[in-house]
Amino acid sequence: MKIMTYAEAVREAIREELLSDESVYFIGEDIGLYGGCFGLSRGLWEEFGEERIIETPITEGAFTSAAVGMALMGLRPIVEIMFGDFVSLTVDAMVDHAAKYHFMSAGQVKVPMVLRTPFGSGTGAAAQHSQSLEAMYLNTPGLKVIMPSSPRDAKGLLRSAVRDDSPVLFFENKLLYRTSGEVPEEEYFIPIGKGDIKREGSDITLISYSRMVNVCLEAAEELEKEGLSCEVLDLRTLRPLDTELIINSVKKTGRALIVYEAPMFGGFGGEIVSVINDSEAFYYLDSPVKRLGGEEMPVPYNPNLEKEIVPTVGKVCGEVRKMMGESYE
Amino acid sequence: MNYFEKTNDEKKIRLYEIMLTSRYFEEKVNEMFMKGLIHGTTHLGLGQEAGHAALSGALCKEDWILPTHRGHGHFIGKGGSVYSMMAELLAGSYGIDKGLGGSMHMTDVKNFNMGSSGVVAGAVPIAVGMAFAMKKQSKDNVVAVCLGDGAFNQGMTQESLNLARVWEVPVVFFCENNLYGMSAPASKFVAGDITKRAGSYDIRAVKIDGNDVIEVYNAVSEAREYAVSEKMPYFIESKTYRWLGHSKSDLRKYRTREEEEYYKNLCPVKRYEEYLLNSGILTEKEIQVYHEKAQQEILDAVSFAEKTRGNILTLEEAKKYVYSGGEDR
Ligand SMILES: Cc1ncc(C[n+]2csc(CCOP(=O)(O)OP(=O)(O)O)c2C)c(N)n1
Ligand SMILES: [Mg+2]
Repeated sequence: MKIMTYAEAVREAIREELLSDESVYFIGEDIGLYGGCFGLSRGLWEEFGEERIIETPITEGAFTSAAVGMALMGLRPIVEIMFGDFVSLTVDAMVDHAAKYHFMSAGQVKVPMVLRTPFGSGTGAAAQHSQSLEAMYLNTPGLKVIMPSSPRDAKGLLRSAVRDDSPVLFFENKLLYRTSGEVPEEEYFIPIGKGDIKREGSDITLISYSRMVNVCLEAAEELEKEGLSCEVLDLRTLRPLDTELIINSVKKTGRALIVYEAPMFGGFGGEIVSVINDSEAFYYLDSPVKRLGGEEMPVPYNPNLEKEIVPTVGKVCGEVRKMMGESYE
Repeated sequence: MNYFEKTNDEKKIRLYEIMLTSRYFEEKVNEMFMKGLIHGTTHLGLGQEAGHAALSGALCKEDWILPTHRGHGHFIGKGGSVYSMMAELLAGSYGIDKGLGGSMHMTDVKNFNMGSSGVVAGAVPIAVGMAFAMKKQSKDNVVAVCLGDGAFNQGMTQESLNLARVWEVPVVFFCENNLYGMSAPASKFVAGDITKRAGSYDIRAVKIDGNDVIEVYNAVSEAREYAVSEKMPYFIESKTYRWLGHSKSDLRKYRTREEEEYYKNLCPVKRYEEYLLNSGILTEKEIQVYHEKAQQEILDAVSFAEKTRGNILTLEEAKKYVYSGGEDR
């Protein structure tokens, strides 16, 4: 094992895929000499040159659709969208095209591409540079959506994503970039569609993905001091979803709280509630399944407000205590 | 036509004052960012002051502007208060957007400044729609929208040029070509010539020295007159240079220090000062006084912003702005 940051893990995954398959290309804005808006691609341009690191004009719609074209022809493009907010400019490419070609052609063609992008609030970049837009893509069969929380998962999943024959959206929370963790020295892959138990527990299941997994882990630590045992699930992949993991855990604990950064209404949490309600886990519930999401508002510039609108350790603990209390009555 | 010659000295001095205010404002913001006194990110317009003064200077009060993410100078040019802009940067409720918008979204409706979009080229088609509305409302005004050389490439821009021409609406496209879009040199990432490409939509298009405030003033005056009388779009490519990095984290590896020196020598403020001196409009001593006055105003704005930064909206207050009408509820 070696210790590396989330950003380094993503860079290593891109680098190793570029090395192992010459049909892999890395495409995006300012990813060359500049090293990417978040410094994530530093060194790749120096190593692979302009042949493989394709810098683009500011034309997200066109170059993402162009990547669809490349993928149709057998290349494996990794597209970087500088901010997760601007995936809105690629909806046509991903939703109307990438997600549909394989199906519409009855499998004659496929679109093996990855769109990866930093998302989320917490950097003071305000309403148009801070969103969590994953839900926009979750209602689109044909797309896979991955949102890892640790350097190890990020690397292993990104490598799998590049090798996957379907289009994949890969969301990286900006605040995770500088967090570090253990990553295996040897080559490894993490399968798409498999969640992970990040902490075992018996009283309640905290279900989350991306940065909020870390918030849940911290909350679990806090609650342990009060004698509460939280199980923390990291979904890692939102589509396809590891429903078995969720169901088994909730059967064990009898309670579930879903935590995510995007605004709560219309977010992924509602989907998980259904998964639980529609399964045998429903009959094991000791209290209603709850969601903790972001506030129903765009991300404000003011840093205090910005911190207030997302789930925090304190909010998770508070919600868990409430849920535990409910069933004691 | 030489519109500038026809203005009085008061107007000429006003343009100068705006350039100085913009210069000192941005220098101060840069300093405060470096010291960590402002959070988030910012895009400074140092070196582009001729455009800040002359674009709005040649427009009427009721003409709208839509600056870019690099928009502080245009905010000043259109008559905005440096007090409320500085307060916004410090995220207090005395800011122009009550601390909700931040550097990239300084909306000042009182002065007909619709504010910037943080999405490159996002505001360009919006300007076309605003001009459409103005035409329907029988107003003899124009909408001026700023866009960079990078933004020129976006499909949204190209579609907007076509739309503005076929709808015949009074938009002044003000393209601030500062030679780079982040790290991407226009020489490498913009195909062909910006002015010619805009002109190919059968839109009047001119290329000007954007560091010469007199030239910018004349060009915008002509554009405005034409747009109002013909109800037609007009395109100006204003060649300039941004002195600092793209944003606060830019190491500027993509250009040389010599190149930067070369352009700093074309300083729009100095050039205009020479004109004012040579034409006897101002003396050395008066110039000195204007500098001091502008510097003092910025210092006052900073102390106002610092004194009031503790006043911030509560989450509940902020929430009222999510939907129209919410603030009255
Ligand atoms: C759609 C979109 N893509 C990327 C970005 C990130 N970004 C912000 S400004 C910028 C460069 C813009 O260049 P240009 O239009 O020339 O304006 P300048 O910054 O030079 O004033 C980029 C890439 C963005 N804000 N929006
Ligand atoms: Mg530019």
